[in-house]
Amino acid sequence: MIKKVVTGVYILAMAIMVSSFHQNQISASIARGKQVYNKVCLSCHMIDGGGVPNINPPLAQSSYVLGDKKRIIAIVLNGMTDRIAIDDEYYSNNMAPHSDLTDEEIANVLTYVRNSFGNKASAVTAAEVKVVRSMKK
Amino acid sequence: MRKYYLLLLFMSIYSCTVFGNNHSKKNDPNLPQANAGLQLPAGFTAIKVAEGVGRARHIAISPQGTIFYKSSRLVNGKGIFQLIDKNGDGIADSVFGFGNYIGTGIAIKNGYLYASSDEEVFRYKLDAKGNVINPSQPEKIITGLINRHQHESKSITLDDAGNLYVNIGAYSNSCQVNDRTLHSPGRKPCPVLDSAGGIWQFKADKLNQTYGNGIHYAMGLRNVVGLDWNNQTNTLFVMQHGRDQLHDNWPEYFDEKSSAELPAECMYELHKGDNCGWPYIYYDPMQHKKMIAPEFGGDGKKSTTDYNNPVIAFPAHLAPNALMFYTGNQFPEKYKNGAFIAFHGSWNRAPLPQQGYYVVFVPFKNGKPTGKWEIFANGFSGKEVIESTRQADHRPCGLAQAPDGSLYVTDDVKGTIYKISYKK
Ligand code: HEC
Repeated sequence: MIKKVVTGVYILAMAIMVSSFHQNQISASIARGKQVYNKVCLSCHMIDGGGVPNINPPLAQSSYVLGDKKRIIAIVLNGMTDRIAIDDEYYSNNMAPHSDLTDEEIANVLTYVRNSFGNKASAVTAAEVKVVRSMKK
Repeated sequence: MRKYYLLLLFMSIYSCTVFGNNHSKKNDPNLPQANAGLQLPAGFTAIKVAEGVGRARHIAISPQGTIFYKSSRLVNGKGIFQLIDKNGDGIADSVFGFGNYIGTGIAIKNGYLYASSDEEVFRYKLDAKGNVINPSQPEKIITGLINRHQHESKSITLDDAGNLYVNIGAYSNSCQVNDRTLHSPGRKPCPVLDSAGGIWQFKADKLNQTYGNGIHYAMGLRNVVGLDWNNQTNTLFVMQHGRDQLHDNWPEYFDEKSSAELPAECMYELHKGDNCGWPYIYYDPMQHKKMIAPEFGGDGKKSTTDYNNPVIAFPAHLAPNALMFYTGNQFPEKYKNGAFIAFHGSWNRAPLPQQGYYVVFVPFKNGKPTGKWEIFANGFSGKEVIESTRQADHRPCGLAQAPDGSLYVTDDVKGTIYKISYKK
C-alpha cells in the first residue's frame, strides 16, 4: 500500500517536473523569439503584431499564424508575394525570404508569434523547421 | 449568512458594471467632439460630413458643389461615391455609389469626372448640375498600366491644356535584385523604370490610350500619391513616398534611428524629361543632399549632384497621400496659392513611434515654397502616440477645395469626410 502511494507521488512529481521543464523551454523559446522578431519582423508587422493596413498583414489573430505550422515556416523561409486574401484583406508589400535565419531562430520567432499579441498556439520546433527547409519548394 | 454573501457579490458586480459604463461613456468615440476631434489654427472649424462608407482615398468637387470620392474597397460592388445632401444642411444623408472598381485617383475637369482603378483611368460626363450622366458607362481613357501590388495606386491630375498626368508607382522598394532583402544589390539600369516609377502624360479626351500613346513625363519617382497642377507656375508638383528599410537591409550603415529619419519625403516641381533619381539616390533632409543609395554603392556618406532637387523636404516616412494648391477666397490671404499636404502617417519608423497623420500647410511665394511648413490640421489619429500604424483611428488621404473655398479631407480608415471652414 505504502509502496503504491510512494510510486504514485513519484510519478506525479515527475509529470509535474517534465511539464514544467517543457513549459520553461517554451518560455525560453518565446523570449529568444522575441529578439528575432524585434530585429527582423517588427518593422513590417509592428510591435503589437497589428501589421499595417493594406500593406503588411497582422499576425495578431491571423488564421495563418494560428493554423498549419508548415505553412508559416515556409513563409518565413521563402517570403511571401502571393497577394491572396489573408482573413479577407489584401496586402501590397513583398515579404522577403528569411532563410538566412537558423532553424532554431525560425522556431523561436514563430513560437513567439504564436504565443503573443493575444495568440495562443503550440510551439514550433527546430526539427519541424528542418523538415520544411529540406522539402525544397 | 449565505444570502448576505450573495447580495454582496451581486452588489459588487453591479457596481463594477456601472463604473465600467461610466468609464466607456467618457471615451465614447461616437459622441460628437469639437471640430470633429481635430486641432486647427484659430478661426477654423471642422465637421464630419460623412462617415462609414468605403475607404475614402482621393476626393473631387465640381464647380456646382457635387462631391465624389474614390474608395480602395468596394461597398455593395461600388467604388466611387457621391455625397447626397437632400436637406441642404451640409451633412450627407446618404451616398450614391457607382463604378465597379477599387482605386485612388479622382479629379474633375471641363465637365468630366475622371477616376482611376489600379490599372486604368475612366471618365464620366457631368450634367449642368454636376451629376454623373451615365454612371454605368464611363469612357475608358487609359488602359493597361502596370499593377504589381506594390505602390499600385494611380493618382491623377489634369492641366489646362487637355493633358492628364498619372503616377505609375515602382513595384519595388529600391530596385534590389531581391526586393526588401538584406544586402541584396541594386539593379542598374533599374528595369522597373521602363514602365513604372514615374509620371506619364496622356490626352484627357482620347480613348484607350496606353504606354505607347503617352509621354514618359518624368522618371525616377518611387511612388507619388499626392500630385497637383499649379496654375500659377503652370507646372506639375508631386510628393514622393521615399524608400523604406535602410536599417533592415543595410544595418552596417544605418542604425534604427537614422533609418527612421531617412530619407525625406520630397516635393518636386516637374518639367518634361525630369529625373528625380530613384532608385539610385535618396534625399537626406539633415545634410540637404542627394545621397547614393546603399544598393548602388552608397554608405550614408556619398552624395551626388545628379538628378532633380526637391523644392522642399519633409520628415521621413510620413506618407504624403494628397497635395492640393489652395486657390479659394475663404481662408486668410496667406493660404492663397500655398499647398496643403495630407500625410497619411508612417509605418517605417518602428521601433520609434510613428508620425504624420496630419494635414500640413506649405506657404508659397512666386511659385516656390518659402521653406516654413506648419501642421494645419492634427488629431486624425485620435491618439497621443502611435506605436503601431493600426492604432490610428483616422488617416488623412485626400484633399479637395469646394467652390466656397472650404477644404475637404478624406480618411481611408473609416471613410470619414471632413469639411474645414474659416470664419473671421
Ligand atoms: C518587408 C516587410 C516584412 C517583413 C520584414 C516580414 N514580413 Fe511577414 N509579411 C509581409 C507581407 C507583405 C506579407 C503578406 C504578403 C502577401 O500578401 O503576398 C507577410 C505575411 C506573413 C505571414 C502570413 C500572413 C499572416 O498575416 O499571418 C506570416 C506568418 C509572416 N508574414 C510572418 C513574418 C515573420 C515571422 C517575420 C520575421 C521573421 C516577417 N513576417 C517579416 C511583410 C513582412
